[in-house]
Amino acid sequence: METVVFSLLNGVIYGLLLFMLSSGLTLIFSMMGVLNFAHASFYMLGAYFAYTISSVSGFWLALIFAPILVGLVGAATERWGLRKVHANGHVAELLFTFGLAYLIDEVVKIIWGRNSVDYRVPELLDFPLFTLYGTQYPAYRIFILFVAVAMLVALWLLLKRTRAGLIIQAALTHPEMVGHLGHNVPRIFMTVFGVGCALAGLAGVIGGNYLVTDPAMAISIGPIVFVVVVVGGLGSLEGAFIASLLLGLLQTFAVSIDASFADIFGWLGLGETTEVGRITIASLAPMLPFLMLVLILMVRPRGLMGDRDI
Amino acid sequence: MEPMLEVRDLNAFYGKSHVLRGVNMEIMPGEVIALLGRNGVGRSTTAKAIMGEVAPRGSIKFKGQEIAGLESYRIAHLGLGYVPENRDIFPTMTVRQNLVLGIKDMKTPGRWSIEQMLEMFPNLKARADNPAGVLSGGEKQMLTMCRTLMGDPDLIIIDEPTEGLAPKIVHQVGDTIAEIAKAGVAILLVEQKLSIALRIAARVYVMGHGEMVWSGTPDEFREREDVRREWLEV
Repeated sequence: METVVFSLLNGVIYGLLLFMLSSGLTLIFSMMGVLNFAHASFYMLGAYFAYTISSVSGFWLALIFAPILVGLVGAATERWGLRKVHANGHVAELLFTFGLAYLIDEVVKIIWGRNSVDYRVPELLDFPLFTLYGTQYPAYRIFILFVAVAMLVALWLLLKRTRAGLIIQAALTHPEMVGHLGHNVPRIFMTVFGVGCALAGLAGVIGGNYLVTDPAMAISIGPIVFVVVVVGGLGSLEGAFIASLLLGLLQTFAVSIDASFADIFGWLGLGETTEVGRITIASLAPMLPFLMLVLILMVRPRGLMGDRDI
Repeated sequence: MEPMLEVRDLNAFYGKSHVLRGVNMEIMPGEVIALLGRNGVGRSTTAKAIMGEVAPRGSIKFKGQEIAGLESYRIAHLGLGYVPENRDIFPTMTVRQNLVLGIKDMKTPGRWSIEQMLEMFPNLKARADNPAGVLSGGEKQMLTMCRTLMGDPDLIIIDEPTEGLAPKIVHQVGDTIAEIAKAGVAILLVEQKLSIALRIAARVYVMGHGEMVWSGTPDEFREREDVRREWLEV
């Protein structure tokens, strides 16, 4: 029971963190028509910006300014980079974001070094919030939950309940028509890209000290975010949300299951010391997202909620 | 009086094929113009070139300002509305939301409010809160026209509004366009059905092979059996 409750909480938190990344990525995908390979790099920038800002003026200012800064970098990337590349088609765009990911990686290594930096949970939140079944639960994780839910609600309200949100949604699917109706589509695209990157940056700010802030953080989470977006259905925010939680829970539960193949298939005669029998369920966790990706592409290429084929 | 829209020596290309070969036309404020011609002679391309969807070469002046190659939202803000032939509604949004998106600037009210627009079109009012994707072809056509009108244009280019609609609906669409004209909005109607075009238009342009081959009033047109035979009959 204890394992279930904690895995559930941790899984939801990890899932929401994934959604912060995948929501921006899926919006940007709807707009560009290609996946932004550099998206996780903006997540990493968020963490590093927050590390630097918080070392000067504390975590709370970092929480506000790091995502804004990342958003501005993103908007500038769209305005002066992608917009020019867009004219040359999807392959050029894809290669551009690919190059950008490595560029950001190298810049981060040059500025902050190759090792992880000491970006810590703020003292104010560095205490156990409650004790359940004799185990303490860190307050910061609940804070992540709170920020993620607040962001989710804000994004939903913006997109579904405001005129600006309607214009954005329409511009993603019918950019030419929206332009003919008098809306500045290039500016909308720049804003969407900027906000998408800012969300990734926010995930970096609150995830960087929860997980780890090092130059490999983009490469380690990037593929999983792609899996979320594809499994959820390219371009679908609802799909990204469901897939984020699904993957978050799946991975967390897999890690927490204390069993090996020998335990499960022992009745078939699988010995505990054999190579296959020694494999633990927990060790399968990193593989599960990609297994899901492969399966969904075979069975349902549109993803869970997508309305277009890849 | 100065023309509201003045097109001079307009050329356009699809790849290497020369689709518009020096189109000239003008539209006066409040005037209703029908652009006739067989399929493939460049009528829709003329509309697209004016709106910047196809790269234009030549001069397009709207209210005295050169708009050839301008970004589409700037053209819209000058007061030029466009209803494309594919009835580009936003299918997942409601009828009302589609209309809201037609408003360019919430601070400056146009000729019509959303409520007035819905009063004028009972079919749309009945489905105001339904997703636009479930509307019939005729209703979608009405919605695209109404949506563009929410932006309060002074000239509206309507491309093939009656294509694929049942005869009864075609007549309704014709009435709607006549209503729009009564409100003082100039109209460039790209249309194949002569009945509609001649009923509404004050002047008719006939296109052939990427250029204007004839223009005159509907009455003059009715007397020119030769023009009809040479450029319109299939």
